[in-house]
Amino acid sequence: MAEERVITCINCPMGCRMTVTLEDGKVVSVSGNTCKRGETYAHQECTTPVRMVTAVVPVEGSRLPCSVKTRQPIPKALIPACMKVLSETTLKKPVHAGDAVAVNVCGTGIDVIATRSVL
Amino acid sequence: MRTKKELVIIGGGPAGLAAAIAAWEDGIRDMVVLEREHNPGGILRQCIHNGFGLHRFGEELTGPEYAQRDIDKALELGIPIACDTTVLSLSEDRVVSCVSQKEGYQEIEAGAVILAMGCRERPRGALGTPGTRCAGVYTAGTAQKFVNLEGFMPGKRVVILGSGDIGLIMARRMTLQGAKVLACVELMPFSSGLNRNIVQCLQDYNIPLYLSHTVTRIDGRERLTGVAVSEVGPDRKPIPGTEQYFECDTLLLSVGLIPENELSRTAHVHLSPVTSGAEVDDSLQTSIPGIFACGNVLHVHDLVDYVSEESFKAGHAAAAFVRGNLKVGRTVKVRDGKGVRGTVPQSIRLDAEDGVRLMFRPDAVYKNATVRVLCGEREIAKRRQMIFTPGEMAVIDLKKEIVKGLDADLTVEVG
Amino acid sequence: MTEVLIIGGGVVGCSVARALSRYDARVCVLEAAYDVSEGCSKANSGIVHAGYDAVPGTLKAKYNVAGARMYPALCRELGVPYKQNGALVVAFSEADRGTLVKLLEQGNANGVEGLEIVEQDRLREMEPEIAPEAIAALHVPTSGIVSPYEMTYALADHAAINGVTFCLNTKVESIAYDGEKWHVLTSQGEKTCDVLVNCAGYMSGVFHEAMGGEPMEIIHRRGQYYILDHPDHMPFARTMFQCPTKMGKGILVAPTVHDNVLLGPTAEDIDDPLDTQTTADGLESVLSAARLTWPKLSVRTAVTNFSGVRAHAAGGDFVVGPVAGNRHAYEAAGMESPGLSAAPAVGEALSEMIAEGEGLQRKAEWKPFPSRPKPFNEMNAEERTAAVQTYPLHGNIICRCEVVTEQEIRDAIRRPVGATTVDGVKRRTRAGMGRCQGGFCSPRVTEILAEELGVDMTCIRKGAPGSELLCGTIQESMKGVAEDAD
Repeated sequence: MAEERVITCINCPMGCRMTVTLEDGKVVSVSGNTCKRGETYAHQECTTPVRMVTAVVPVEGSRLPCSVKTRQPIPKALIPACMKVLSETTLKKPVHAGDAVAVNVCGTGIDVIATRSVL
Repeated sequence: MRTKKELVIIGGGPAGLAAAIAAWEDGIRDMVVLEREHNPGGILRQCIHNGFGLHRFGEELTGPEYAQRDIDKALELGIPIACDTTVLSLSEDRVVSCVSQKEGYQEIEAGAVILAMGCRERPRGALGTPGTRCAGVYTAGTAQKFVNLEGFMPGKRVVILGSGDIGLIMARRMTLQGAKVLACVELMPFSSGLNRNIVQCLQDYNIPLYLSHTVTRIDGRERLTGVAVSEVGPDRKPIPGTEQYFECDTLLLSVGLIPENELSRTAHVHLSPVTSGAEVDDSLQTSIPGIFACGNVLHVHDLVDYVSEESFKAGHAAAAFVRGNLKVGRTVKVRDGKGVRGTVPQSIRLDAEDGVRLMFRPDAVYKNATVRVLCGEREIAKRRQMIFTPGEMAVIDLKKEIVKGLDADLTVEVG
Repeated sequence: MTEVLIIGGGVVGCSVARALSRYDARVCVLEAAYDVSEGCSKANSGIVHAGYDAVPGTLKAKYNVAGARMYPALCRELGVPYKQNGALVVAFSEADRGTLVKLLEQGNANGVEGLEIVEQDRLREMEPEIAPEAIAALHVPTSGIVSPYEMTYALADHAAINGVTFCLNTKVESIAYDGEKWHVLTSQGEKTCDVLVNCAGYMSGVFHEAMGGEPMEIIHRRGQYYILDHPDHMPFARTMFQCPTKMGKGILVAPTVHDNVLLGPTAEDIDDPLDTQTTADGLESVLSAARLTWPKLSVRTAVTNFSGVRAHAAGGDFVVGPVAGNRHAYEAAGMESPGLSAAPAVGEALSEMIAEGEGLQRKAEWKPFPSRPKPFNEMNAEERTAAVQTYPLHGNIICRCEVVTEQEIRDAIRRPVGATTVDGVKRRTRAGMGRCQGGFCSPRVTEILAEELGVDMTCIRKGAPGSELLCGTIQESMKGVAEDAD
């Protein structure tokens, strides 16, 4: 089944509007891009879009929360689930930047880690 | 209490820290970084999203992580950072008066001063938007501080005015945290934010972006209840009959950043009406000898990586000044030509130690355009680029040999 | 002991309360808003008018001139910023010149000192930024500027120090006299008293009638203003008026006591006295009128715009004294401009009338106003050194634009009639009044308020109930959000 999607390239300020044709979830053509980077991005974005997730999580005994991120980008569709996990997480001191605060979040194989220390 | 220091750096954000590290590396030890917040790191502390450091470190860091690298380096070197310390004034002869709970009121006679105070957000009052003065109207940065540093939500139904990167980032941040962001409204016909942020902060969450629109009225007696939004014409004035209404409890403003030069003014540093920052030469020295400026207090940058790069330069130059090694000699002026706004530096020393990078903002979007540098009538540098946008700092480098041969004022133009 | 209830905690109500606190009576101020000075007293031009504008023989003329004379000493006593900066009423035409002559005669009749008409050359010497179209001006050397809300807060504090109680968030819903006592039904329950005093600003007409007076119409007249940031050079040393019209004193351009520039007000009659919004048309008309006086005006440095609603009595004059019928009821009603200028004199006069009418005795001891420290922002190096040594929290600057310390913010919350909101802190200390409009300091001020008041951050308001700044913690806000929101 053919599907057409219009996406904006994020690689540079040109922001090329690209038309991507997919068949059975596979990219068959990309048009509207100016350079090769656009095409690569279109493939990635239309087949396995991923995003970094960053948030803050409360720390017991600290007035201020701790900032966290996914160590790598996770599938875009799992962002809300990841946020839900984080909204139910509370950390205990000491937290060191780089510590895993949620292991294998939502079964992605990717950890959420602290991006600052709360000692 | 009156003391002396060879170098005083005002501000412990990315600019101040980089300047301090550079000066230390050049052998300056009698120095202090004055930071008004409880921790160094500046605004990066609340920028928990990633995307910082690609140029400088070759990897994407979050704001706190980027800041920590410089903080760790400064601590490792032993650079003294005085936090919770607010500078109250700076004089032309480089006396810095400051106050802290720990040290009380102090005056420091500085051999050199580096201004690294950053910038502030334009508030509602500066826009003159009519309406009530209810709760619920915040600058995006204030909301960011509440959410990311304090862990509190300022509201649940949100309209964002301005599509700068901070506004876009906050659109996503509020959404992920359970708020409903109804719209992002931009006065100009283009966004000043990165495409990546438009895609990943607005499109990912189906938040509409209204270009050439603005908020024309703010309603709500106690708390915000809604805003009126109208389309604007080419004169940026609202077009009658185009009004639509958004019921919301929160309006976030992301409508521009202003270098914070109140201290520079007390020292009579000459400021540029275009950048709102100091006018500097290629060594980042201002009109007042021994006072240097770098980072967002000099001109609002798009990437922190460039802030750090510029600030290293300021640190080295200030160290040279302290040692009596900073040459000034003959200079040429750099002027904004067609399509160019706020070129920094505003002058170049002919005996600059290195090549010189000119940075500026184009005044509109230019596709397939060329930036040219003219020395008098003579073209001395040019570079072609697929696109120039006001949201992105444009740069052009002048090699050392070219700088040596300058014989007239320079004009930078895009077209 | 005689019980006195004063309805209204504006500058008039607080003046009366302070003056009455010298007498042996139990005095309580009922204020509908969350703080004193919340009506017209917080949003007006802050001018202490000399008194040339009022028709001779009116109460406006009498109390304006008397009040203006009290200001310098009173402000010194209460530590309120006041400056006798003088004023110029500018004529742009020969018709205007006629008005100047009339104002001069009126002023002389009212006993205003030092009035003179100055011609072009002298005018330009005095105020070089004045528009070239100006042909002459009435020079009013005794005109002053004051911070109207700081005045009200100080009056309230001094009254409170001398035993006056303040019931805030207490809206009077109805009043009734049973031949002996007044029964005042409020949003916080019923209160009774022997003597009732109406200082209710825009509501003063309603209470006047309820107390037994003839119907009195109060017209709600809105005035919109711009405030500009501290300029490098103050454009005008004096308050620059244009010639007055039936609707008021016209658009002025004036320095404020805190070295901002004030432009305004408009004069629009509106139905709802609480409708303090600004409008595009109103703000535009402020600018265009102000440019007549100051052609170089630029709004680039605007820090904010606001509006206030003044209570204009259709009768034209103040109504001050006992309400007809001898029911132990008194009032200061229809206190529009020059109400601020007149307030101290009205306070004294009305309290004397009450004391005489009700047979109140002077207290043996009346506590003076405690001397207040100079704002940190205005201290010199030695004073700052000493201040931080004594109170280390002066070392924490919370508002960087206006240089306000943590100690000053905590003190403002701890005052006898203290701040309970971010706006209350702002008006008492200037934290958030500057160019960033609280962008940097409001989170910290919120925190300090929560600490001082012993409540959660989410309870802290900007101003009135319902103006909470935060809606919950980030974790709370995630409850009920669907996982598959997209």
